[in-house]
Amino acid sequence: MSELTTADDVLSVSDLSISYRRRARAMRVVSDVNFTIRRGEAYGLVGESGCGKSTIAMAVMAYLADNAQIDSGSIRLLGDEVIGARAADLRDWRASRVAMVYQDPGSSLNPTMRVGRQLAEVYRYHDHVTWDKANAAALSMFERVQFADPRKILERYPHELSGGQQQRVMIAMALAANPALLILDEPTTGLDATVEAEILDLVEELLRDIGTAALFISHNLAIVSRLCDRVGVLYAGRLAEEGPATEVLRTPRHPYSIGLLNSIPHWGATKDHLRLLPIPGDPPAIGQIPSGCAFAGRCAIAQDACLTAPPVLAPCEGAHSLSACLRRDEPAALAEVAAKNMVADGPGPVATPVRISREAVVEVTDVVKRFSTHGTTLTAVSDLSLTLHQGEILGLVGESGSGKTTLARTIAGLYRADGGSVAVGGAVERSRRERASYLQMVFQNPDTALNAKFRVARLLGRSVKRLNPGLSADERHAKVIDIARSVKLLESHLDLLPGALSGGLKQRVAIGRAFTGDPKVVVLDEPASALDVSVQATILNLLVDLQREHGLAYLFISHDLSVVRYLSDRIAVMYLGELVEVGPAEVQVSPPHHPYTEVLLSANAAAIAAGRPRIRLRGPSPSLANPPSGCRFHTRCPRSLGDLCRDVVPPMQNAGEGHQYRCHIDPTTLAGLQSSRPEAS
Amino acid sequence: MLSYLSKRLLLALVTLVLVSFIVFLASDVLPGDVGRTILGNFATQAQVHALDVKLGLDHPLLDRYWIWVSHFVRGDWGTSYTLQVPVFGLVMRHFLNSLILGAFALVLIVPVSIAFGVLAATHHDRPIDKAISVTGMSMLALPEFVTGIVVLVLFSIVVHWFPVSSSVPVFSLPSIVRNLFLPALPEMVLIFGYVSRMARAGTVEALNAGYTRTAVLKGLPRHRIMLRHVLRNSLLPTITVVAVQAGYLVGSLIVVETIFNYPGIGNLIYTAATNHDQPVLQAAVFLVALVYTVTNLMADMLYAVFNPRVRLAS
Repeated sequence: MSELTTADDVLSVSDLSISYRRRARAMRVVSDVNFTIRRGEAYGLVGESGCGKSTIAMAVMAYLADNAQIDSGSIRLLGDEVIGARAADLRDWRASRVAMVYQDPGSSLNPTMRVGRQLAEVYRYHDHVTWDKANAAALSMFERVQFADPRKILERYPHELSGGQQQRVMIAMALAANPALLILDEPTTGLDATVEAEILDLVEELLRDIGTAALFISHNLAIVSRLCDRVGVLYAGRLAEEGPATEVLRTPRHPYSIGLLNSIPHWGATKDHLRLLPIPGDPPAIGQIPSGCAFAGRCAIAQDACLTAPPVLAPCEGAHSLSACLRRDEPAALAEVAAKNMVADGPGPVATPVRISREAVVEVTDVVKRFSTHGTTLTAVSDLSLTLHQGEILGLVGESGSGKTTLARTIAGLYRADGGSVAVGGAVERSRRERASYLQMVFQNPDTALNAKFRVARLLGRSVKRLNPGLSADERHAKVIDIARSVKLLESHLDLLPGALSGGLKQRVAIGRAFTGDPKVVVLDEPASALDVSVQATILNLLVDLQREHGLAYLFISHDLSVVRYLSDRIAVMYLGELVEVGPAEVQVSPPHHPYTEVLLSANAAAIAAGRPRIRLRGPSPSLANPPSGCRFHTRCPRSLGDLCRDVVPPMQNAGEGHQYRCHIDPTTLAGLQSSRPEAS
Repeated sequence: MLSYLSKRLLLALVTLVLVSFIVFLASDVLPGDVGRTILGNFATQAQVHALDVKLGLDHPLLDRYWIWVSHFVRGDWGTSYTLQVPVFGLVMRHFLNSLILGAFALVLIVPVSIAFGVLAATHHDRPIDKAISVTGMSMLALPEFVTGIVVLVLFSIVVHWFPVSSSVPVFSLPSIVRNLFLPALPEMVLIFGYVSRMARAGTVEALNAGYTRTAVLKGLPRHRIMLRHVLRNSLLPTITVVAVQAGYLVGSLIVVETIFNYPGIGNLIYTAATNHDQPVLQAAVFLVALVYTVTNLMADMLYAVFNPRVRLAS
């Protein structure tokens, strides 16, 4: 060990700068980054996509891409330099000093090898024990990551496990050789909320028990604030702010951190009371980082000095955190950020909400949708009835596989219902053109929803032409420009191909396309969940504005409860193809609610961060091919009454104000159970 | 796995029935009159007709097909029109010779191709990779009738290292190499092209895969990473290509065996076709189709054995 670092430092990164070479040009992606992680400490590295957080993680693992070069700096792991270390040393350190859990566990596991073997390998090659001993060690590690039946899991191949189980295997593998540092790179992105909560519980518990330090990389501030002791906020490859998590996330001292926090709907916020405040503008393109503060161009309180002086992290007055903002010690200036961002985003904080009428724009009655594959039939949606009223935003939530996307597609006419009926605008049978001009859909991924070979003007123009057949060419062009303006696209964007646009701009094109025929209903399937938080905020604001302007109805699908709660007037909850609860958004977040909703609410990271008690799901998710008898949720229900729930299909309970849920427990009793603090599990 | 296999097996059977019919039809409608070909130009039309009747050629097509198939499955493949010997023994003898030649080519070139493909992948986009890839691509572009004639002229006529006409080797290394190397060369060139390309593509993909990153960052030794994580996955698609090539090889021997006058099944098909020796032609072509189908089936089975996703699918 070197004498320069304290024995307590597990990782110390100093003056780290990294570039990527592209076509003989070096593009700086990480600049002068400094931070240390002490023994047992959890450090969160947050920032939006492209800010360099994964590059830093890979540099620590000494596994940068071939075209990456470390321009300067040092990375010390338990005192030893990682940069330029010998291959034999690196092999030795990996797993035993530093190990990593990745974003996508499915592709990070070898598909042709049993997971038990993949874990045993670590023991076999690091501790040089026999395979028998390695297998035994693997078994006990699987017990530690709380597999219900670890012996069985050992024998499984990755494709036989669910996403959550795969991530458990990855965590077991990462902790196998007792590393001093565990790097977690967006470990729960892509997992369901309930699974995410379970994985985070596990990580929290293991870190505490083993005393491993952690570098937690995430774009999700709620998760970071829950798990981490200290936080570093990265912007354009530089640390903008760093310090104790409580300080950075509660009293941020950098306009960028403030912007990030203002972009996410905090737990309990709704569109009628609070407008989200996205950060104006876009981050600088890779390799085009300006000489001064990279954030100055988007900053509401930038001064002339910000454009020239390179930002340096410096201690904040009266705090333990460091900020790179020149005005870090001017509370009044920092407070201005929010106000100025609001002006940049457009209309006032809360415009008049749309009046919701009784008129049903979409009426779903006893809809059944089945899929048959390889001789087995899955009932993705069973006997579901739901009404969408004019001017209303109906949020639809549920785990993956709950049938929410199938329902949305059936409503949009992309699937034909196998039973029941979908009436759109009062009519069951409609031609495709009629349906399309009445109802439109926006998909999660604009990359696949937009034809990459068509320029934006043509993408919008085709839709305008099809949905407004009477228009002349000039009128069509005027309409395209009008739509582009309404979704806040610049006229210069019209001549670009989708590939040249950022994710947020692409999604605006997709939204604009959906509005070309002046629809009455728009079905939005996770329209913002693949986007960075500040872009997501822009899109959500845009959706709210458009809805108010046109008095539309939305069916809004999302797995993010904070977002659904923020946007929706009513919320519908699906479980295994059934509607288990529907009711006004306000009512639904307070008891009584369906026990499944209760679990979903308690799994929400923002809710956990807000100190709500946790309730866990029991057992694995049942298969749609073979749904449980009685109440479909009884196998996992924390409030199960036993035989009754197992044998008898529960009735819809009416809790007033249009709030209904499917359960054997009546509203009064359930409210009583749910208001008292549930036992910790 | 069982349903996968039974499905493949059923498909193979259907293929064979279809092929048998096409083979029968094709040789039946081949230009030329069988009786005339056998009896020569000086026979009278009545004699030719009598022979046609004797051979059963006056029956309706489907009847003849049925007779042919029912005899064929019992091993009664008829008598060669021109050589007047039982077809079964004749075709099998030639087939065995071709197998020897094909096996020689495969055993020699497949490991080499895979090795070069993997070498190229581990040096992705570097000079070694480019050299191997370009060589492989050019080899793919060379048909066996071109390479066949070039190597024949070069090694047998210009430098006299190998005989102009190959025969079946006796069981000794010098004899095997002397007789088989030259006819095998054009096939090996082609196989190298296909297999090395496939091995390279699969390995490049596996090297960039998430599971390889996991293996490296687990601190495993290099040999373990390469053998168990990279090659185990990267060579899966290569298995299929090799098996398909093996089937293709037998079919493409016609050209090579004719050029080198090697007494294999390809040579037999060529002679039978030019002589309108229908029974021989039908049996030999069908046998080649059978080999092709069986190797494809084997490829599917091997793929299933090595791929747990397929093997464990219920």
